[in-house]
Amino acid sequence: MTRQRWITLAFQFGALVLALGFTTLILLATETDPWQAYKYIIIGSIGSLRKFSDVLVSFIPLLLVSSGLLVTFSAGLWNIGVEGQITLGAIATTWVLRLLQGSSLPPGVIIALAILAGMLGGAAWACLAGALKTYGGVNEIFGGLGLNFVATALTLWLIFGPWKRPGIGSMSGTEPFPDSLWMPMIPGLRLSPWALGIGVLFIILIYFLMKGTHFGLRIKAVGKNIKAAYLHGVPTTRYLMLAFLLGGGLAGLTGAIQVTAVYHRLIPSISSGYGFLGLLVAMLVNYQALWVAPVAMFFAALNIGSIQLPIVLKLDSTLSGVLQGVLVLFVMLMDGIRQKITKRWGGGS
Amino acid sequence: MTNEAILLGLAGVLVTAAPMIFAVIGETISERAGVINLSMNGTILLTAMGGFAVCVQTGSLLWGFLAGMLIGAFVALIVAFGSITLKQNQVAIGFVLALVCRDLAYFIGNPYMGLEGQRLPGLDIPILSDIPVIGPLFFSHDLMTYLSYLIIPLAWVWIYRTRPGLMLQGIGEKPAAAFVRGANVNRLRYFYTVLGGAIIGLAGPIYSLSVKAGWKGTISGLDGLGWIALAITIFGGWNPIRAAFGVYLFAFLQWLGLVLQPSLPGVPSQVLQVAPFPLMIMALLLVNIGNTEWVARTLAMLPVPLRHFFVRLLRALRASPPGALGTPFDSE
Repeated sequence: MTRQRWITLAFQFGALVLALGFTTLILLATETDPWQAYKYIIIGSIGSLRKFSDVLVSFIPLLLVSSGLLVTFSAGLWNIGVEGQITLGAIATTWVLRLLQGSSLPPGVIIALAILAGMLGGAAWACLAGALKTYGGVNEIFGGLGLNFVATALTLWLIFGPWKRPGIGSMSGTEPFPDSLWMPMIPGLRLSPWALGIGVLFIILIYFLMKGTHFGLRIKAVGKNIKAAYLHGVPTTRYLMLAFLLGGGLAGLTGAIQVTAVYHRLIPSISSGYGFLGLLVAMLVNYQALWVAPVAMFFAALNIGSIQLPIVLKLDSTLSGVLQGVLVLFVMLMDGIRQKITKRWGGGS
Repeated sequence: MTNEAILLGLAGVLVTAAPMIFAVIGETISERAGVINLSMNGTILLTAMGGFAVCVQTGSLLWGFLAGMLIGAFVALIVAFGSITLKQNQVAIGFVLALVCRDLAYFIGNPYMGLEGQRLPGLDIPILSDIPVIGPLFFSHDLMTYLSYLIIPLAWVWIYRTRPGLMLQGIGEKPAAAFVRGANVNRLRYFYTVLGGAIIGLAGPIYSLSVKAGWKGTISGLDGLGWIALAITIFGGWNPIRAAFGVYLFAFLQWLGLVLQPSLPGVPSQVLQVAPFPLMIMALLLVNIGNTEWVARTLAMLPVPLRHFFVRLLRALRASPPGALGTPFDSE
């Protein structure tokens, strides 16, 4: 058993080496010094306290959205609509903040209500994709994709229409909220300790939910074999919808955090691709909640580190995306190769 | 609007639909064989960039299009290797490739951004292009648009009217039965996935060398088109003619959105650009809802004449995926 774990680990390490090798080749092909590029990514992500706090700012949404995706993944669902769920969360949060910003309620209460609304918004959007799947027979990949585009259109319509800045609407988003409606920040940094706390709290909650509860076990049963789960008396439709509800709620929370703790307004690309990146994280950790935090941290560091590249090396910052994606691809391919090899050995003995 | 302008607009719809036709037909062929190539969004971007870059480097349009086909085939080969040989999840591999190829396109394409490039020349078809209305509408475009007309019936005839096409249906529908009849299921799946990928790979260069000539990085406006093409493939019910109808309908609706914009000043252009999506979801719903259990149960409770009407309606709309779509085949 332990030997097998070592083999698995060796193959995963091999995948990491291959991914780095591939990215290095690409860098060489574009006539860049790979060491320079990697050096700037490292300096750009952990070179200073300020840089590292920026990594944390990127880590929080990735952690939240990935933990939600862990639930939908476990239920066997490809929640590609997650980008739209983040967006709807942000929209709902902005809506409540706008509604209550003139009221006499204390700011803390307003922020809490706005975040709650964000979770509901994300959950509602996810349930739409869920209902399309369970009652309409529309695959969640295609329903979700369509809803992503609709969510983007909704954001643009709000920014250029009813919620436009005094004067004229612009791509820079809605009018920023006053400081009193921001989540408390660490002075001098862009990081909110509250947001970090929420992120850590929810990944722990999801860890225990999936590992130690009846609910988590049933979700996994539905994901492993939906027909068998149904025959064993699990109300599968309800559990699929619950998985969408939870996953969407956490995606909505991600959007709410982006509005209250990062941008302080609604911007056109509020989801910033965290939904799709979260899907990569969830695939890489292979349903294990324990690994979500370190992988999300690594991905966030790559994201922030690569911001330097266009400035110092005239490279596109999508290098981080290439490295992240290729890493997941090689992990999957190496896993397939490992299974093929061990199967052959097992068959021979 | 004058008749002239409408005619010009409709002719434009046929041209802008051409790349999407190749993408959807390529995906249809791949899925018919049982393999979902979810990488399409990234493939289109990477082939658009690659085709443009190769054309700039070699000065040859032909090499640009060939490069697109090669890249598309190679990406499809990874999907095939991962899912057929290594039995990994097709959707997972395709999705990761969609992201990797997109980022690669932006990264490698950085130095080519905004460069002056060639553009596929127009090619009026003699005699036919002189026919009033029909001529300007169908026959005064470029070579790839004409090929896009041709590939639709070609794919249809191949799938439904030839022996190898019958085998293609078999390996996607009932691979075990096809295997018993002597088909090398996995080799054929490799072949059709790579072939489909090569056809999808034409879509990118058609954009970057014709429809939206040039490479402009993230503002090229190509991100998202592959996802739309995937949805249209489903809407098309894995039938090339129905899929092509979906593509033209979509292109027509987007054009309509642009035309209607001046008369709807309160609505920003971005909203009208995505107007087809809710319609697409509705279409997917109509196509799929006939397959669900609760609809069958509800129908059973209706009085007979009403039931017959709805059953007939849903059956006409319904499209079922190839039986073995997305599942690996093992001859053991």
